[in-house]
Amino acid sequence: MGRYVLKRLLAMIPTLIGVAVLIFILLRVIPGDVVEARYLAQGSQFQSQDLMDQERAKLGLDKPLWQQFTTWMTGLLRLDFGLSMWTGSPITEEIKLRFLLSLQLAIMASTIATCLAIPLGIIAAMKQDTWVDYAVRVFSITGLATPSFWLGSLMILSMLIVFKWVPPMVFTPLWVNPWENLAQLIWPALAVGYRYCAVGTRMMRSTMLEVLREDYIRTARAKGLWVKLILTRHALKNAILPVLTVISTEFAFLLGGLVVTEQVFNLNGLGMLFVEGISHRDYTMIQALVLLVATFFLTINFVVDIAYGWIDPRIRYR
Amino acid sequence: MAAAPHSVEELARAEAQASGWLSAVGEFIRRRPLGAVGAAIIVLTMVLAVAAGWIAPYDPLLNDYAAMLAAPSASHWLGTDAFGRDVLSRIIYGSRTALTVGLGASLIGTLCGSLIGVGSAYFGGRTDLIVQRVMDVFFAFPVIILALAVVAILGTGAGNVILAIATPMVPRCARVVRSAALSAREMPYVDAARASGFGHTRIIVRHMLPNVMAPILIMGTAFLGEAILLEASLSFLGLGVQEPTAAWGLMLRGAAVEFAETAPWMAIFPGLAISLAVFGFNLFGDSLRDALDPRLRTH
Repeated sequence: MGRYVLKRLLAMIPTLIGVAVLIFILLRVIPGDVVEARYLAQGSQFQSQDLMDQERAKLGLDKPLWQQFTTWMTGLLRLDFGLSMWTGSPITEEIKLRFLLSLQLAIMASTIATCLAIPLGIIAAMKQDTWVDYAVRVFSITGLATPSFWLGSLMILSMLIVFKWVPPMVFTPLWVNPWENLAQLIWPALAVGYRYCAVGTRMMRSTMLEVLREDYIRTARAKGLWVKLILTRHALKNAILPVLTVISTEFAFLLGGLVVTEQVFNLNGLGMLFVEGISHRDYTMIQALVLLVATFFLTINFVVDIAYGWIDPRIRYR
Repeated sequence: MAAAPHSVEELARAEAQASGWLSAVGEFIRRRPLGAVGAAIIVLTMVLAVAAGWIAPYDPLLNDYAAMLAAPSASHWLGTDAFGRDVLSRIIYGSRTALTVGLGASLIGTLCGSLIGVGSAYFGGRTDLIVQRVMDVFFAFPVIILALAVVAILGTGAGNVILAIATPMVPRCARVVRSAALSAREMPYVDAARASGFGHTRIIVRHMLPNVMAPILIMGTAFLGEAILLEASLSFLGLGVQEPTAAWGLMLRGAAVEFAETAPWMAIFPGLAISLAVFGFNLFGDSLRDALDPRLRTH
């Protein structure tokens, strides 16, 4: 087990390096850079070439690519993400400011999704091809089909019309005023959670359907065991693993911010930072964010794999 | 009765030919009512897209300055937008954008993904290992971020959006197809083809691909809905299809947000169109999966 954990942890390193190289190259292929973006934003497109070159030299953009890459990598080894090319402040600070919001939203959305998805999926599987199954399937397919940014706009719109409530411009942290914080975040959490729940429900339904056809379930039924016991002890334990994977993968990506939904609810999370970074051509910021999301994703995948062995004793790692 | 059937067999054959695909459709509707609803929605969307010119009451680009932000009425069923353009007509024309991008992206995505997946499984060994590591890297990127990066590089516009949406689909399709192809590779017919001295391309395209068609079809239909959603998200962010093209995501942007309180029809109907179309594709795709995946077969 110990060796397996170590092996898996080490295997993450080449993937992360791959992600770093890929995003580094992708960003340099995008036309324009941060200096041009800033002058465009200031409305003066006819800056002298000298001035722009000076700016580039200040940011280290004049150095050869391999040198820029090694500078970034050596910084990372010291856990230093460097400075944002756009604002000039440390990226760690910028991310820290927004991470709590994204984390809270991710936790809220996945709680909503998990609490709905697992029971709904089980019920649908047990009553396959009845109206209950159809209702659950329509509910979950609608969830997959509804863009969460549009659902969010509809929520804001209906609250605007019914309660005259406008989403506040400033984010209230949980410890300052928990009530206000929850009132602010519950809507985006629901908008995102619906889609998320739909993904989980479908997975739960189809794995449950597969498991319910297994011989040991028939045996358990024939023995006259309680349906409840069969479900929790025999079926759920075997069906839950893929659902766990789906839910945790979504969670990892939610942690990285909601690129579109944050725009609708005017939330200053990591997704907002990413969109701004792209339009500002803020290389260092986007590199840091992408690497962060990839790390979340790989770590969570790793944790899930370990959890597999713990939930399902048939899986043993070497 | 010149062409009267002479035997029972002939009679049966004539019967089967006449009602062959009709009865198949009937059977599908009876067995999978949800899938039939999905198929109906898809057909409706396609008809709208093909016949937009005849169906749409107005030119989607026509500005009617006398009726800006007009509420739904007899002349403008779903109202008009901030430029006085008819919302219904724009939704009808928008189905063209949605279908083009959806079909294009899922076709390119599944095609590239399947070839990579089958190739990776067929060659195995070091090739497989390298391909899998590269796919792992792509997997660690969130879909929308990868699509945004590609759009930023290629620029906006329908063609580039198709490529941007297809990119994140390739590794996902490749992974699923690879695992299906791994078992197909062990089949005797592949060995037989190899023993007959056929080239790699021929074995991959003629022998392996047809045998992993079921997962490819399932992925393809699932991608269709996703591609339409992703196109809407990109257009909503202003990084997809550009004005004045009629596109559903684009219609939800800008003025639709600004005037949401006074002109809610601008924010509601295009979103409904997106949901309905994607709903149809997903419903159909689901039934297709149930029908093609023997492990999920009901009876």
